[in-house]
Amino acid sequence: MHTDLPPTGHPLADTVARFAWLIPVLPLLGFLANGFLSLRAAATPGPADPSAGGHHHGDHGAHDAAHDAAPHDHGHEDGHHAERHPAAGLVSLIGPGVLLAAFGLTLAVFLAMRGAREGMHAPFVMTLFQWMPTGSLSLDVAFQLDQLSMVMMLIITGIGTLIHLFSVGYMQDDPGYPRYFAYLNLFVFFMLILVMGASYPLMFVGWEGVGLCSYLLIGFWFSEQANADAGKKAFIVNRIGDFGMLVAMFLLFANLGTLSYEGVRAGAAELVFGGALVTAICLFLFLGATGKSAQIPLFVWLPDAMAGPTPVSALIHAATMVTAGVYMIARSATLFSLAPVAQLTVAVVGVLTAVFAATVGLKQWDIKKVLAYSTVSQLGYMFVGVGVGAYTAGVFHLMTHAFFKALLFLGSGSVIYAMHRAYHATHNHADAQDMRNMGGLTAFMPVTATLMWIATLAIAGIPPLSGFVSKDEILAAVFARTHHSTLAEATWLGIPGSVVLYGIYALGLAAALMTAVYMTRMMLYTFHGPNRTGEAERPHLAEAPWIMTGPLVVLGVLSAIGGFVNLPKLFGGGMAEILHHWLEPVVGEATLQVTLGETPHLSHATEYALIGTAVAIAVVGIALAWARCKPAALVPAAEAPAEVGLEKTLANKWYVDEAYDRAVVQPTLEVSRTVLWKGLDTGVIDGLFVNGSAYLMRGLGWVGSQLQTGRVGTYAWVLVLGAVAILSAFSFR
Amino acid sequence: MNAVLQGMGYNGWILPVLLALPLLGAVTMAVQGIGARGQDTLVQMQQARRTALLFFVAEAVLSLGLWWSVDVSSLAWQGLVDLPWIPQWGIRFTVGLDGIALMLVLLTTLLMPLAVLGSWTSIRERTHSYYALLLVLTTGMLGVFMALDLVLFYVMWEVMLVPMYLIIGVWGGQRRLYASLKFFLYTMIGSLLMLVAIVWLGLLAGESTGAPTFSYDAILQMSRTTQVTGAFWLFGAFALAFAVKVPMWPFHTWLPDAHVEAPTAGSVILAAIMLKMGTFGFIRFAVPLFPEVAMHPTVRAVILALAVIGIVYGALVALVQPDVKKLVAYSSVSHLGFVMLGIFAMTVEALQGALMVTISHGISTGALFLLIGMLYERRHTRQLADFGGIAKVMPVFAVMLTIVALSSIGVPGTNGFVGEFLVLLGSFTTQPVHAVIAATSVIFAAAYLLWAVQRVIYNPLTKPENQALKGFDLNWREIGLLTPLLIGILWLGVYPKPVLQKTEAAAARLVRAVDVAVSNARRVGGQP
Repeated sequence: MHTDLPPTGHPLADTVARFAWLIPVLPLLGFLANGFLSLRAAATPGPADPSAGGHHHGDHGAHDAAHDAAPHDHGHEDGHHAERHPAAGLVSLIGPGVLLAAFGLTLAVFLAMRGAREGMHAPFVMTLFQWMPTGSLSLDVAFQLDQLSMVMMLIITGIGTLIHLFSVGYMQDDPGYPRYFAYLNLFVFFMLILVMGASYPLMFVGWEGVGLCSYLLIGFWFSEQANADAGKKAFIVNRIGDFGMLVAMFLLFANLGTLSYEGVRAGAAELVFGGALVTAICLFLFLGATGKSAQIPLFVWLPDAMAGPTPVSALIHAATMVTAGVYMIARSATLFSLAPVAQLTVAVVGVLTAVFAATVGLKQWDIKKVLAYSTVSQLGYMFVGVGVGAYTAGVFHLMTHAFFKALLFLGSGSVIYAMHRAYHATHNHADAQDMRNMGGLTAFMPVTATLMWIATLAIAGIPPLSGFVSKDEILAAVFARTHHSTLAEATWLGIPGSVVLYGIYALGLAAALMTAVYMTRMMLYTFHGPNRTGEAERPHLAEAPWIMTGPLVVLGVLSAIGGFVNLPKLFGGGMAEILHHWLEPVVGEATLQVTLGETPHLSHATEYALIGTAVAIAVVGIALAWARCKPAALVPAAEAPAEVGLEKTLANKWYVDEAYDRAVVQPTLEVSRTVLWKGLDTGVIDGLFVNGSAYLMRGLGWVGSQLQTGRVGTYAWVLVLGAVAILSAFSFR
Repeated sequence: MNAVLQGMGYNGWILPVLLALPLLGAVTMAVQGIGARGQDTLVQMQQARRTALLFFVAEAVLSLGLWWSVDVSSLAWQGLVDLPWIPQWGIRFTVGLDGIALMLVLLTTLLMPLAVLGSWTSIRERTHSYYALLLVLTTGMLGVFMALDLVLFYVMWEVMLVPMYLIIGVWGGQRRLYASLKFFLYTMIGSLLMLVAIVWLGLLAGESTGAPTFSYDAILQMSRTTQVTGAFWLFGAFALAFAVKVPMWPFHTWLPDAHVEAPTAGSVILAAIMLKMGTFGFIRFAVPLFPEVAMHPTVRAVILALAVIGIVYGALVALVQPDVKKLVAYSSVSHLGFVMLGIFAMTVEALQGALMVTISHGISTGALFLLIGMLYERRHTRQLADFGGIAKVMPVFAVMLTIVALSSIGVPGTNGFVGEFLVLLGSFTTQPVHAVIAATSVIFAAAYLLWAVQRVIYNPLTKPENQALKGFDLNWREIGLLTPLLIGILWLGVYPKPVLQKTEAAAARLVRAVDVAVSNARRVGGQP
């Protein structure tokens, strides 16, 4: 147990790490400042008597309000009428500024940790104050700095800074500009709490907090019901997962008496390997992960979440928040490694999600929907990684995915921005996100096109780009675990673990193939072939400003070389497995438990074969898409024929939303309304009560008649004076 | 701070003064209000509300000293005042506090000025009578939390019933007569049985000395040392009175009607304070006086089951309410179920959680009703279908509603989370199944509240009546009266420790006493 470790004894204690608490505080301050600016501009306190006016000014007010409420067209307020927000300059400084400062401090802490790594045998836990001390529960607000939280913090503040900068350009004309940055800053605050918290409840604070910000940002343009619906759906579906998190915490507290990571890590020794308890804890934790990280069966909110501004999709719904589930499992590695059945469940759900989402991605026309399903699919990969106990591989893919998927989303944002401006210039109301309205955009926005191709090749798995390295590591780990591991020896739903693992590997390859196909399809339809935007609009298509392309370039570089952080031994030489070694203090032991104490070893021949297969699959996928998807044959969305058969099913996402609605949502509402409310409440309880006491009512009816004769005042005074008399009787004598 | 207070002899006079001051205020208002009939003039209205506010602020300021002066770790009652009242019947005026009562007293005194400010412009008729009733009501509520004589407790219990009946019946909405009568009858039936039980207990406790006594301490002592005859029925009488007040399922149907018809301040006080009389009654009387009945497996199972049913049922029914006040009323049924679950789980964590829910439900639901009242003053409707897009025209209102809704949902970082989390965490160790079922309400709570929030402030702003709200965002008075509640929401969410520490000793004592009583009962093989 290190929870009580005095910070002075730790090698990080005298370094800049002492100030690590500032890292989340900075974006919190940004939130407060931007929130204040937003409210100050919007708020004009009403008259002292709110009911006095209102109706007299009705006509005037209605006109103003109707103007304000003009529907947003895919995120951009009507450029001619909307002026830049008066506080925009200050907000542009504060919003990205606090992120940059937080990133700088994170880097400094990282360097300090790198310097101290040899002497660092335990996480650096700093306790700020006691949170809920009561009974046998002692719960602190404490941050935990270790190699895992460090990686996450670097991703969050680093990618976060880039996306904040991009947003300065993307959101510049939006009337809700300060509100947007307030939410975005608040999100980063909660995300940092999520990864820095030293206990499950504090992680849960961040967990729900990011969900809240996601809710607010998905519904950012709340005047359209679809957007508000999507935000609400995200929150509620996530809460189903949160229920799982809560139950897992209850189980931990009831059995281990603690909720801090270090306490749980120490207490885990008492848990029986493969026992029902640890399996239940892990499965409930994983239920939480399926919500936040959009896995089967709770993935349905993420595609709808694309209703939010595109930089939000990049930051929250691709790079950071949705990976929280992966982080949580890596954080709980000690527990998961004790529960092979739970681990296999994680991996199976992950790979099924990867395949399922990829099939849907094959037939989407909305560029953001393709990327949304791609994200669901890639998150599935990460769960395969952490599921088979290859925690480093999972976190590694989390990182590279953050690079290339943030790039893809921001790139799509850049495309949508250009499309929107073109349509706006000609007052065309066509869909700026439908790929059938794009085509040939390379000629107009070469920087975006080039960078997005890098990200596409990375996600498809072309060496030596980042996605190839991390995806390959996951698949290799699955393959290696098929023999000589706790997973291979376990039985999952009656199936031998090794068989399950071979199945996961095969499905993983299938998902990889489809990934290459849908991504290439998206790029072809968007950037190649003839342009379908429209004659009048074409001259208005142009590359985004530098404040948007700049962050893209940085992400492009990271997507390309990010894989070098954890090259396989095969190629790396001295530079191999940097991330692996870095994370070893946190997840090393848990990984070894899965692999029965030995570093998994594949022969070079096997390893080459695996890599060869993966690359071949990626190449085949790209070629397949190239052969099948003919941009020249496409027609604009408005003229496109309706899909039929399987294509229609895929385009409609296998009708999962509709099924949930009919099987869960509507029955719940109907039972609540008809059976519980109208039936039990007003029918049985009130009916019986009213009938049963009707006699009594009549007896007391005079009370009512007294009320109606208007002599209530008298009655009240009798009561008041009576009470005064009785209660003062004693005090005045 | 404590030294200053001690120098003033604060603990010696504060409790009677807190009870007397509102009554003095009521008399003052009665004198002021002579001649006022029906619709008041602006001058009369202003006079009434200012006088009322003065008294409530004075009350709140006076009560603040309790935070420092009450020694929560002491075994003795704090601020104890014990005077003979009706000596021949053994009835005394005994008031005193422990940490639990302290927090409820402070909740009451601090919330009442806000309730007055919330009535500022919405009450225009018989304003003097209205505020005088609020003042009498305050004495009743404080008396319930302070009383250490069972008859005094009963008197206070009834004292608060009548003003609320009148507040709903006179200043209420369309169906106010039905609602107030339903409220009155439900509560009356419960409390009459309680009166019988109190008299019975008083006579029993007096058997040894020959003179009846209604002293709480004496009766508690008796229940610990002897086998109380008819304990089961006595517990039942107390429990019924309190269960109606909480309200526990299925005694809850008075609440939605009372809330919908009550004026804003009525709803605020009902939800924030009066419902807590029920749970407080369990903590102070029903459970400690009859621990072996309360913890009898069957009794406990029934109450726990009703609590959990209330949690889920309230949430589900809230989901389909078209009237926003009804929605909040059913959400109260759900939240109060958490309190009951926490009490009957009987672990320190769960009981502390129950007390935390008690306080934070007071803050959050009070704020929700205030916000609904503010909207009602502007729009004269509470139907969710009539709103939409309000955030466009009333951004400050939208921000406040969102924060309060989140706290009611129980989002971590707000007060709502701390209470629910502790209740569930603490209950899970003794009642895992109940805790898991109750935990599903985190999903439903998000569903009904976010759906309601969406239909009020989000979605397109299409209705002309809503568009006309532009320029009628919350005014400074409204912002000012909500601000303390928002501070409370965040403070209790982020740093609940000071409040938890106030109630820790009393909660731990109760859990220990119940444990001892139950194991004693088991040892002698006795049964309830």
